[in-house]
Amino acid sequence: MTVGVDLGQPQTQEVRADEDVVRVRQLVRAVAVAVKLSLVDQTKLVTAASELARNTLVYGGGGTVDVMTADNGRRRGVRIVFADSGPGIADLDLALTDGYTTGGGLGLGLSGARRLVDEFEIDTAAGQGTRITVTKWSR
Amino acid sequence: MERVPILKIGSILLVSIQVDMSDQTAVQLQEDLAERIVATGAHGVLIDITALDIVDSFVGRMLSTIASISKVLDAETVVVGMRPAVAITLVELGLSLNGIRTALNVERGMELIAAARDDDQDLDEDEDDAGPDGGPATETTASR
Amino acid sequence: MALTAEQSGRLAGLLREHGERITLRWTEIVAAQMRGRLSHAELLRQVQDLHRIMIAFGDQGLVDLADEGGGELRAELAELSRGRARQGLSATETAISVFALKDVLLETLEVAGGTEALRDYVAYSALIDQMGLFTFESYVRTRESLIADQAEQLLELSTPVVKLWEGVVAVPLVGTLDSARAQVVMERLLQTLVDTGSPYAIIDITGVPAVDTQVAQHILKTVVAARLMGADCIISGIRPQIAQTIVALGIEFGDIATKASLADALRHVLRSTGVEMGRRARRGQ
Repeated sequence: MTVGVDLGQPQTQEVRADEDVVRVRQLVRAVAVAVKLSLVDQTKLVTAASELARNTLVYGGGGTVDVMTADNGRRRGVRIVFADSGPGIADLDLALTDGYTTGGGLGLGLSGARRLVDEFEIDTAAGQGTRITVTKWSR
Repeated sequence: MERVPILKIGSILLVSIQVDMSDQTAVQLQEDLAERIVATGAHGVLIDITALDIVDSFVGRMLSTIASISKVLDAETVVVGMRPAVAITLVELGLSLNGIRTALNVERGMELIAAARDDDQDLDEDEDDAGPDGGPATETTASR
Repeated sequence: MALTAEQSGRLAGLLREHGERITLRWTEIVAAQMRGRLSHAELLRQVQDLHRIMIAFGDQGLVDLADEGGGELRAELAELSRGRARQGLSATETAISVFALKDVLLETLEVAGGTEALRDYVAYSALIDQMGLFTFESYVRTRESLIADQAEQLLELSTPVVKLWEGVVAVPLVGTLDSARAQVVMERLLQTLVDTGSPYAIIDITGVPAVDTQVAQHILKTVVAARLMGADCIISGIRPQIAQTIVALGIEFGDIATKASLADALRHVLRSTGVEMGRRARRGQ
């Protein structure tokens, strides 16, 4: 975790079904509006959250999404943690390559989401589940 | 599950997506549209995404698939009303929406579908006209 | 030496007892510094407000400006600094409005005399120093927000989006493009396309002395985003040096239309739309 970042109380959304991905988008949008991200940054963050929440559901077999405000003293932002206890990712480099997919998608979820946020941390190993932390700061 | 309504206006099918679609809703729309194109013999599909505040890779893929399916069924698909923030995000995401024609608003989308239709008819006319004119008419392809 | 609650109360008493003399003298010192840029009446009113609130502060036996009860005093000081910063006065001229009180208090206490008075004066000074620093901080914050506002206004001013023709908008870019400005331009151009329903946009970079990879990428992304929305962008006015940079950096402009001048770009657009108009006219016969 980055040093010197104040985090707000997390709001948690379970991701068990298709509709939960919609709920994650709505929750992220609400928090992004509250910390006054610009419209383009809101859109980027919600899109990234949509991709990652879908991954949690499809590849991780469901999990949880925690959304919280963040403050590094200079700027406010939103931090989101996607956690599942699924099979994990065996080859991270490969998974982060544009166009690589095991699920029949476009293979842009992970790599694309990383480009849409300011900070992207991933903690995974085969059989260990996956935990992705992303942060977007206001300009 | 919510279902996105499909309206028929003349020979065009108009889909105005007003809800934050779940993936299932998106897949359902794709299936519904294919059926309606065949049932109505529509030659154009206009998908209005003015109300969508995000388009992720799933919805992007759905739009591409709809465009491909409708092409096979001899209908032109035009996606209209994409918001600037959505377009900027799609570029960053790396999604190019290949094979999809887009227009700024419904009106221009209609023109685009009509123009695509005219091009087909022009070819027919040009073939007919070729004789009397003493030569084939040159068709310049407009950029839109 | 920090102020005690007792001393704070005594300060309030002192301020009250010599009220008129203190406010007049205080105003006089501040006015001397301002050299007529603020009217005597206005300064007197500010000093009287501050004087009144400081008495209330002392009556509560408060010892620290950061205390919960010090809200009113802090608000008054912040307001004073904001006003001074907006009027373009210097930090010194702002701080003197608070520090002048020290001189006045010293004059007042000298009359009383004694070691007790000296000890009190040092303690009062500590509070006034605190107030001065707070004033300075508020002043800097106001100036910073003024600068940020101006930078934003400058950004707005320097990126006009103009309608050239029915369905054709242009952005003439002038000056150095940094990443932030390129992003603002990108968003405004795309929004204008929606607002005006224009399917063509010309980005003219005649007035841009140099581009780096990031800026070139921003322009490219704008063009791709516009295409996704159903509009075409033409880039005009690429100077020889910039063309060399683009090639040297290995940036692919792909199938994006580039024209030498804004006029060429407009002609290109009109020809594209003209074909359609021509065809329509033919059918109308």
